[in-house]
Amino acid sequence: MADIRFEGVHKTFGSFAAVDGVDLEVKDGEFMVLLGPSGCGKTTLLRCLAGLERVDDGRVYIGDRDATDLPPRRRRIAMVFQSYAVFPHMKVYDNIAFGLRMQKEKKPVIEERVRSAAELLHIEELLDRYSSQLSGGQRQRVAVARAMATKAEVLLMDEPLSNLDALLRLEMRAELKTLLQSLDATTIYVTHDQIEALSMGDRIAVMNKGRIVQLGNPLEVYDNPADTFVGGFIGTPPMNFLEAKVSGSGAASIIEVSGGSFEFPGDVAALAGHNLLLGIRAEAIGVETATAEGLVRAKVIVLEPLGSHNLLTVRCGADMLKVSISANLFPLADSDVWLRLEPARIRWMDRDTGTAIHTGAEQLATETAVVIS
Amino acid sequence: MALQQIRIGRALAYVAALAVSAFILAPIYLITISAFSTFDAIYEYPRQLVPRDVSTDTMSLFLHSDGIVDSLRRSAIVAAITIVVCLAIGTPAGYALARFSFRGADPFQLALVSTRAFPLIIIAVPLAVTYLRVGIDDTVYGVAMAHIAFTLPLTVLVTASVFAGISYELEEAAMTLGCNRFSAFRRVALPLALPGVAASAIFIFVTSWNEVFAAAILTFRNRTLPAQLLAALDASPLPHRLAGGFFLLAPALVVIFFIRKYLLTTWGRVAR
Repeated sequence: MADIRFEGVHKTFGSFAAVDGVDLEVKDGEFMVLLGPSGCGKTTLLRCLAGLERVDDGRVYIGDRDATDLPPRRRRIAMVFQSYAVFPHMKVYDNIAFGLRMQKEKKPVIEERVRSAAELLHIEELLDRYSSQLSGGQRQRVAVARAMATKAEVLLMDEPLSNLDALLRLEMRAELKTLLQSLDATTIYVTHDQIEALSMGDRIAVMNKGRIVQLGNPLEVYDNPADTFVGGFIGTPPMNFLEAKVSGSGAASIIEVSGGSFEFPGDVAALAGHNLLLGIRAEAIGVETATAEGLVRAKVIVLEPLGSHNLLTVRCGADMLKVSISANLFPLADSDVWLRLEPARIRWMDRDTGTAIHTGAEQLATETAVVIS
Repeated sequence: MALQQIRIGRALAYVAALAVSAFILAPIYLITISAFSTFDAIYEYPRQLVPRDVSTDTMSLFLHSDGIVDSLRRSAIVAAITIVVCLAIGTPAGYALARFSFRGADPFQLALVSTRAFPLIIIAVPLAVTYLRVGIDDTVYGVAMAHIAFTLPLTVLVTASVFAGISYELEEAAMTLGCNRFSAFRRVALPLALPGVAASAIFIFVTSWNEVFAAAILTFRNRTLPAQLLAALDASPLPHRLAGGFFLLAPALVVIFFIRKYLLTTWGRVAR
């Protein structure tokens, strides 16, 4: 059993608060992703858990033990570093065996575990090589095998895929996910790549400026961002934000954006008294070629065909919007299109604080999710 | 045309390499064959470049002359003490400079360099007086202490830069795999620093083995080899000097030969 608990963790470097009061619980066997831009404190938080940094304040629990003051070797963790940190003066075999030898395992046990870890990562034929004779991808596999060989209950990964080229990263992502699903270790995975986070995590903790700003499963975080930062950070393209005003009330309120206005069927009581930002995902905007009731006019700035779909940049009044449209639709630059801002997919934000305002009218992707098992 | 140019360029490089090698090797060769020739052959003119009759006459004259064997032994002891103490203090000090940021690290490094700014001649007399007063004059330990003082600053600076070049993440990885601070150093940082440490060891040995000035002023009866040779230089015959030269030269080459293995450790990269 190795659930993990951070309680009010603070870590400052000089006057810079790298981790500024983090409370987080990770369940046993869960795959938790710490996601955020560089400098948000995600790696520092991971290093606090590994024991490579001392926390200035707060406690860290691994399993039922208070690990706050334990050195790394007593925390029963294994870590994969961004630079892989494969020991250059040892062969691959000795690298993978290193942790086992430190645990004073018997020789046949070491032999067996090194072989099986190497097998899982398909590096059996590399055991006799030195790090300098390996490619980046192979080194990465060695680092993962080395961390897995010790059978630690907690597996920490610090941007393990960020040094790989794009194609290899895609391949490794799926492989790593499969591999980690088969282990029952609790995994904490740090990344700045939101696609990695969405694709791999059971839950995502989005961090900004040393704090966790949102915690939830990938679909929740994507679909229902807690603030403008999360909406803008997660998703390619990021969520669109437009200044908006709501007038009227009840079932027939009108939303006014700089490019026009349309009817909003939901309850707007919660929005009263706020300076509003209307947030909407690129794929939640419908594009029509002719005007109709409830549409907002926009001018096409540029069209980017992406193969699976086309990405449209339009100007709608004073706002620039990203809209994703079907791959067989080609509105030319300077032409006019009419946008349908799907009311159920609109997310309201307070313009002054940046935080989300919930009206209860939102349709959540999790409600319509179909799970096949 | 282009191929020919490459060939000419390569040939010139070889000629240059040969010239440099000859420049270094010729004196070594001449000293060595002289050290193993008969007296007659040494005084012969023109010199024979290929030794006709190998003899140990010159060597045995040298080794049997007064105090030579003792001074050789003392030189070896001094060099050994100097290497051991320098590496034992210098390597951890270098590691500390590379890994920890502490108040005064930069001034400390500057101070290390500046110790080499004082010519020995200036401090020779006070040093000798101090040695006499403390009572460590004319001992191998006294000479070793002087040599340690010369070589330790550079040992610290060299090993500091070597450790600075070794990623700390490697040691952190070792710590997550079960090492404590010290065993991570011993199992990961130290083996990786070995080439740099070996280079320091060679530097320390050669400096100590050849150092003559401090040895000459700090000892009187118990001299190291260079000091002994220097003292007897005017009075000794040519064969004696040549054999002495050989003894100053040969151990350094032998030591470098043995340490070379560590100097060129590359862990899988092709060594050339």
